Amino acid sequence: MSAGRLIGGVLLAVMVAVPFVPMHGMRQYVLHVLIQIFIWSFIGGAWSLMGRFGLVSLGHGAFLGLGAYTTTLLWNFFGLTPWLGTLVAVALTAVFAVVVAYPCSRFSVIGHYFGLVTLAVGEVIRLLIIAERDWTGGSLGLTVRPAGVDSLVAVQFADKRVFYYAGLVLWALGLWVWHRLDRSMARSAMEAIGEDETAAASVGIHVTRFKIGITVLSAVLTAVGGIAYAQYIAYVNPDTLAGIGVSLRIVFAVVLGGMYALLGPTVGTALTIALAEVLRVVFGVSYVGMAETIYGLLLIVFIIFLPSGIYGSLRDLLRRPRGATPAAPATA
Amino acid sequence: MIDPIFLAEAAVNGLLLGGVLALLALGLNLIFGVIDIVWIAYVDLVMICMYAVYFAVQVYGWPMWIGGLASVALGALLGVAVHVLIISPILGSAPVNQLLATGGLLFFLQSFATFLWTTDHRSVRLTLPTIEFGGMFLSFARLIAFAVALLVTLGLYLFLRHTYVGTAIRAVSQDRDAMALMGANPRTIYIVTSAVGGALAGVAAALLIIQYSVHPFFGAAFGPLTFMICVLGGLGNMVGAFVASFIMSEVISIGGVMWSTEMGYVIAFVFFIVMIFARPGGILGKRA
Repeated sequence: MSAGRLIGGVLLAVMVAVPFVPMHGMRQYVLHVLIQIFIWSFIGGAWSLMGRFGLVSLGHGAFLGLGAYTTTLLWNFFGLTPWLGTLVAVALTAVFAVVVAYPCSRFSVIGHYFGLVTLAVGEVIRLLIIAERDWTGGSLGLTVRPAGVDSLVAVQFADKRVFYYAGLVLWALGLWVWHRLDRSMARSAMEAIGEDETAAASVGIHVTRFKIGITVLSAVLTAVGGIAYAQYIAYVNPDTLAGIGVSLRIVFAVVLGGMYALLGPTVGTALTIALAEVLRVVFGVSYVGMAETIYGLLLIVFIIFLPSGIYGSLRDLLRRPRGATPAAPATA
Repeated sequence: MIDPIFLAEAAVNGLLLGGVLALLALGLNLIFGVIDIVWIAYVDLVMICMYAVYFAVQVYGWPMWIGGLASVALGALLGVAVHVLIISPILGSAPVNQLLATGGLLFFLQSFATFLWTTDHRSVRLTLPTIEFGGMFLSFARLIAFAVALLVTLGLYLFLRHTYVGTAIRAVSQDRDAMALMGANPRTIYIVTSAVGGALAGVAAALLIIQYSVHPFFGAAFGPLTFMICVLGGLGNMVGAFVASFIMSEVISIGGVMWSTEMGYVIAFVFFIVMIFARPGGILGKRA
C-alpha cells in the first residue's frame, strides 16, 4: 500500500506541475488533450458506476445532453451563472433518471432490454434537442454566449490552465466517489442484485431503491461532466453530447480500460483519446475517416482478445503471482 | 387543422415504409433469435450493400435487378464474414462484450465508408412515376419496395417452415443445447442464419436505395429504429417484429406529418419505451 501511495503521490505531483513544464509552444495542445482526458474519464467513471453492476446503459448521452443544454440555455437566455445552472441541471437530471430507472426496476428490464431502452432514451433526448431548434439551434448546435472577459461567474477563461486544474479536481472527485462506493455496503448489495435480483430481494435487499440510487448518482455525475465539457469547449451540439454515438464512445472507452477497476475508465479514455489524436496527426485531413476506421478496428480486436479491458487484464496479470502470498494487499 | 388527405397519404406512406422496415427487423431478429446476439452494426451492413447497388447501377451501368442480386450476394457474404471473424470468437463472453464488438464494427464500417466514399449523399436515379390515387400522391418506388419486401418475407416464412435447414434454425432458436443432442451442428446453423440475415440486409439495401440516398451515416439513422422494432415485437419473435414494423412506421409517418419529422421519431421511441414497461415480452408476447 505504501509503495502504491508513493507512486500515486508522485503521479499527482507531476499532474499538478504539468501546466508549468516548458513545452515549446505545444503547451496549449497538450493541455487541451489532457483536459479532454480528465473530463471524459470522469464521465466514463460515472458510467461504470452502473455498468459494473450489469446495468449497461447505452444512453448516457441523454444525461450529458440534459446537463450541458440546461446550463447553456439558462446562461444564454437568462444570464444565469453556470454554477446555479449546474444545480438546476443536476436536479433535472436526477428527476429524469428516476423517471427512467423506476419503471426499469419495477418491471425488471435488464440485460439487452435495459441497453435498448436506454438507447431509446438517449435518442429521444437527441431528437428533442434537434426538434426544438428555435432555442437549441437544432443540429447546428449552440455556442455558449461569450462573456468577453475571464469570468468566474460565466465560468469562461482564456487560459487553459484554469480548465486543466478544474478538470483534475473533477477527475479526482470521480475517483473518490468510485472508491467510496467500492468500499460501501451498497457495492455488495448492487453486486448481489447484478447476479440475481430475486435472490437479492429474498435476503432483504431493497432492489428498486438501490437501482434507482445508483442510476441517479451515475446520471448526475454524467450531467456534471457534460456541463464541464460544454463550458470548456463553449459549444454544444446534439450529436457530440447526446444520442447513440457519444453514448457508445463512453461505453467503449470504459470497456477498453476495464470497468471493474478504479483506474480502468481513465486508462481506457486516455488511450482512446490519445489514439484518436495520434491517428489524426498521422493522417491529418488527407484521409478523412481513416483514423476512425483504425479506431473501430482496434476496438473490435481489443474486445475479442482482452475481454476484461487493458487495465483490468494488466492488473490481473500483475496480481496473480502476488495473490499466493496472504500478506499481499488486495486493493491497489 | 391538417387536411385529411395528407393524413391518409401519410398513413399509406407509413404502410409502404413498414414493409421495408419489416425486412430489416426480420433479418436482425432472425440472427438474434438463433445466435442470441444483437448486431448493432446490422443496418451498417445494409449501408455497405446500398453503396454496392449504387456503384453497380450508377457507375457501371448494370441493370437494377442485377445490382439487387449482387447486393443480396454481398449481404450474405458480409453476414458470414461478420459471424466468422467477430461473433464466433466471442460466443462465450459476456453479453456486453458481444454487443460492443458489433458496436466497434459500426464505427469501423461508418468511418471506412467515409474514408472510401466521403460523406456525399448518393442515390440511384431511376425514373419511376408517381401515382395519383384518390388525391394522394404515391411513389412507385415505394410500392415496388413494399411488394418485394412482402414477397421476401413470405419466402422467408416458407423457408423457415418447410425446409430442413429452416426447421433446424427454428429448433436452435428454441433450445440450442437440445438441438446439438438431436444431431444438428449449431455451428453450421449459425453460419446459415448469418448468411440469410445478411442476404435480407442485401434485399433491404436494394429496396432502400431506390427511395433514399445513401451516406456513411445511414446506419445511424435507421439502426436504433430497427433494434426497437425487434424488441417491440419481442426479440426473436418474427411475427411480432413484422407487426411492430408497421406500428412504428405508421407512428413515424403520421407523427411526422402532424408535427415534425423529429417529433414523429420521438413519439415512436417514447411509445417503444412505454411498451417495454407494459409488455416486456413484446406486443405479441405473453406477460412474464
